[in-house]
Amino acid sequence: MINNLLWLIPILPLVGFIINGLGRNTLSKGVIGFIGSTVVLASFVLSVLAFLQINSSHTPIEVTYFDWISVGSLTIPFSFLVDQLSSIMLLIITGVGFLIHVYSAGYMHDDEGFGKFFSYLNLFIFFMLLLVLGSNYIIMFIGWEGVGLCSYLLIGFWYSNASYSDVAKKAFVMNRIGDLGFLIAVFIIAQTFGSVSFSTVLEGAGHMKSGNPTLTLITLLLFVGATGKSAQLPLFTWLPDAMAGPTPVSALIHAATMVTAGIYMIARSNIMFTLAPITLHVISIIGLATILIAALIAMTQTDIKKVLAYSTVSQLGYMFLGLGVGAYTGAFFHVLTHAFFKALLFLCAGSVIHAVSGEQDMRKMGGLRGKLPVTFITMFIGTWAIAGLPPFAGFFSKDEILAHVYEQSPVLWVFGVIAAMFTSFYMFRLLYLTFFGKFRGTHEQEHHLHESPSSMTIPLMVLAVLSMVGGFINVPHVLGGHHWLQNYLAPVFEASTKIQELHPAELSSSTEWMLMGISVGGAFIALIFAYSKYISKGHVPVADTEQRSPLTGLAYNKFYIDEVYDFLVRKPLDGLSVFFYKVVDLMGIDGIVNGLGRGSIEASKDLRLLQNGNVGFYIFMMVIGVIAVLGYGIYSIMNLI
Amino acid sequence: MTVIILLFLPLLGALATLLFKGGTAKNVALLFAVAEFAIALVFLSKFIPDATSQFGVNWAWIERYGIHFKAGIDGISMVLVLLTTLLIPIIILSTFKHDYKNPNAFYALVLFMQAGLLLVFTALDGFLFYVGWEAALIPIYFICTLWGGGDRVRINLKFFIYTFAGSLFMLLGIIYLYTQNPARTFDLHDFYALHLSAHQQSFIFWAFFLAFAIKMPVFPFHTWQPDTYTEAPSAGTMLLSGIMLKMGIYGVIRWLIPISPLGFSQWGPTAIVLAVIGIVYASLIAFNQKDGKRLIAYSSIAHVGLIAAGIFAWDIQGIQGAMIQMLNHGINVVGLFFIMDIISRRLNTRDIDALGGIAKVAPKFAIAFLIIVLGTVALPLTNGFIGEFLLLYGVYQYDIFLSAVAGLTIILGAVYMLRMYKKVMHGEGNALTALFTDITGYERVVLGIICALILIIGVYPQCILHLSEASVRDLIEQVNHKKLISVK
Repeated sequence: MINNLLWLIPILPLVGFIINGLGRNTLSKGVIGFIGSTVVLASFVLSVLAFLQINSSHTPIEVTYFDWISVGSLTIPFSFLVDQLSSIMLLIITGVGFLIHVYSAGYMHDDEGFGKFFSYLNLFIFFMLLLVLGSNYIIMFIGWEGVGLCSYLLIGFWYSNASYSDVAKKAFVMNRIGDLGFLIAVFIIAQTFGSVSFSTVLEGAGHMKSGNPTLTLITLLLFVGATGKSAQLPLFTWLPDAMAGPTPVSALIHAATMVTAGIYMIARSNIMFTLAPITLHVISIIGLATILIAALIAMTQTDIKKVLAYSTVSQLGYMFLGLGVGAYTGAFFHVLTHAFFKALLFLCAGSVIHAVSGEQDMRKMGGLRGKLPVTFITMFIGTWAIAGLPPFAGFFSKDEILAHVYEQSPVLWVFGVIAAMFTSFYMFRLLYLTFFGKFRGTHEQEHHLHESPSSMTIPLMVLAVLSMVGGFINVPHVLGGHHWLQNYLAPVFEASTKIQELHPAELSSSTEWMLMGISVGGAFIALIFAYSKYISKGHVPVADTEQRSPLTGLAYNKFYIDEVYDFLVRKPLDGLSVFFYKVVDLMGIDGIVNGLGRGSIEASKDLRLLQNGNVGFYIFMMVIGVIAVLGYGIYSIMNLI
Repeated sequence: MTVIILLFLPLLGALATLLFKGGTAKNVALLFAVAEFAIALVFLSKFIPDATSQFGVNWAWIERYGIHFKAGIDGISMVLVLLTTLLIPIIILSTFKHDYKNPNAFYALVLFMQAGLLLVFTALDGFLFYVGWEAALIPIYFICTLWGGGDRVRINLKFFIYTFAGSLFMLLGIIYLYTQNPARTFDLHDFYALHLSAHQQSFIFWAFFLAFAIKMPVFPFHTWQPDTYTEAPSAGTMLLSGIMLKMGIYGVIRWLIPISPLGFSQWGPTAIVLAVIGIVYASLIAFNQKDGKRLIAYSSIAHVGLIAAGIFAWDIQGIQGAMIQMLNHGINVVGLFFIMDIISRRLNTRDIDALGGIAKVAPKFAIAFLIIVLGTVALPLTNGFIGEFLLLYGVYQYDIFLSAVAGLTIILGAVYMLRMYKKVMHGEGNALTALFTDITGYERVVLGIICALILIIGVYPQCILHLSEASVRDLIEQVNHKKLISVK
């Protein structure tokens, strides 16, 4: 039954977009919020139905609607695929998406762009659903670029501030750099496999040898695409800047859904990556480097949203690290749990910002525990979950990734655990600075402190519960679980698993216990360290004017990566632009053209003498001309004869 | 029902328009343009999308020299007929708020030019093709010179001489083909059937290539274009960029490559490299343009460079991409120039640095502008994506590195387009832009049509692609066949 209704899943949010878009000035805020949320809820219900069907039948659903592009041998059908992988993505997108819509109805209530905001959110959901529903790389690419557009629109939502418009543009352009990689990968795929449909391509790839250079090239290029969308080195700098958008956007697009598209895409194409060990290696190195750099920066930031943004970059790094070591389920598991706790954390941050009249600097917060009890408790849960502390969601998913990392390389694992300690530190630092100690803001802000309305707190509570229990869907055997998620997803990763089983590296349960113990212990140590620094000693990060220690300063200034890019890329290109225009184009090429023109004018000064006004001379020339033409004619005829 | 109706109705329209002085002229012109589009739609409905030439006409014209009035419509021509007949009424409508001096002459020239353009796109006789080619050039020269701005006389003289010089080379090529043709005709299919040596074909290649490369324009033959586009009246810019440059692209597909496949084998690689250089070169120059029209002019060089590259790659995806992108580029660039026209008419400036904050005061305008920008930067589900995707795939099949360089357009295009959009629309705004009023009346109609087309073609591109597929495939096979024979 769901097969016939599948198209409704993305179309409903599109309808919401159209209604709210057209009625943004005429419909009341209540109606807009209701329509915007309801369409997503309806998609969620349909997604649940799809999930239930897949869960019982174990057979993917593929529906083709029409041929979108068909030229020569290249045919790209507009078709959807729901299998185990996409069914869970559908649930995340529509489920978390719905909660964030409800939250937004409260959060954005006083914004004059309320209707526009909801229509953009709906449009985003539409594109995100296309991304995961597409049954070939091109439909996926529609969603892939479409969510980039929505990201652009929503980062620049308050475009009257020109700098917001700049960072929106930056996000779009950086994504586009990745997209070019994606696009060329698709070209190679189309040429190699004669199709861009997942079923044909992945089937074909499965017959190739490991280390096949074409596969390596394809996967590297796809990964380039992923670094753009999922904010990995070297293309991650747009994501922290994307915090210029309203906070629900940060939660939905820049934490829970869009930025995980790269992981989804790689998990979807897993067999190609499994057969490209070089690419996997690159992915794990890039992933790990991103984890560390982003975590270091997060430890020093003072803007509450910036901390969370770098945390997102870092957590995405974990997912890539997982992919890099072939732990596809683990990486995807982290996508799921991260969607819960990071959406929660962002929404909590939004609730805090809402309470302190738009302030985002943690140095001006503190002591909010009493005034915002619901926000505090839910944020505490989120923090506990992301820090990887049992028994909340993050513990299970991070542990699963780290265990696989250890199988591959204990050295990588050590760095992974260090970064996990960083995670715990910066998150508890955030929690302590915000909710403990004394309030450090202005008197007026203190006067206005209030808990958020229930439209905002209820989504927090739901997400908090999910962050608590979300990890139980994939409890490892060693903890007495049954790896439900792994079993559910098994068909998607089947081909890869078969290859991986050729080199089994099963950990003994005592090793597993040990690994878990170390990472949890590390997280606790970091928690306690943060406690002693920010609560016992009451430390507050120094003002921007004061001197920082060199390393802290470096991290606080984001390692000057933006400045480096500016110097290495933007400035040279702008210089080249001016050089091409002023020197090459105006002086060089056009100079030659004008020179030719001038030359012919000079020459014509002499030729002009022929036009001497002597009619006899003209007639003489005409006769010569006619004779020439006739002569040529006779010559041609002679040739014919 | 033959193509004659299509060719002569605009001429009739031009004459009729001349008779109406004052404000009525534009209405008469619009009426004829719309009627012409309606007729084109009738042709479309009767068109069978196979490789044959339909609605043909073949009259002996100047019998002594074997010149025939021979024209017809196959799939390739159909797309361009649609482009021309669709855009002319849009362009005419877009001028409705302008008070041109001698409007009857102005609109008559537009319609006269339409006849020339349609002749180019349907002619099957070399001489006729040349007649159409010049018949399209002369009216636009007058439109730009008499109604343009700035240093218009000098600029347009350069434009005229430059493009005219190009077409003289083509004329030379056509006459040469005639002399080599034992049947002593200018018939295109006789030209196709000629057996010329590789050396002769190289000569033909360059004779035609110069004309077409200047018209499009392809780097480094482009320097007439930014000045001309910038100083032309906005309808003139739209005619030049939206339709006229497609004469060059069409010429390559219909005349250049099929007539001289060996010349193409030898010089095609040079041409494709020039085209790809132009993409990056013009995109980079567009980065720092202050005059909105000039920025769009350079962006147009980049986009046309990609179309040219797709054609010179000469595979089905590349050429089909070029076919649909010709239409898309026409729609989008007319949209962009109209946007600039609206701005400069309201605020008397096109300096994008002097603008800003318009989105706040004119939300409908902002949406339309955004959709056109998205079409131009080839966002999926807009028309631009279909074209650029196929073109880049076409170039990819020719050479992966060239496609990677050509693909930079999707990054660079986003940079200069969004930079322009930001500077014009976003930010606080200033005293000048606060006066901007949102679009009304006919402006809404024009932008509404353009935006709708951008989305419709983006969502259902097959409606265009299927028209030309068979003809394109047939042409590719012919060329490959001819190359094969020559090798033997």
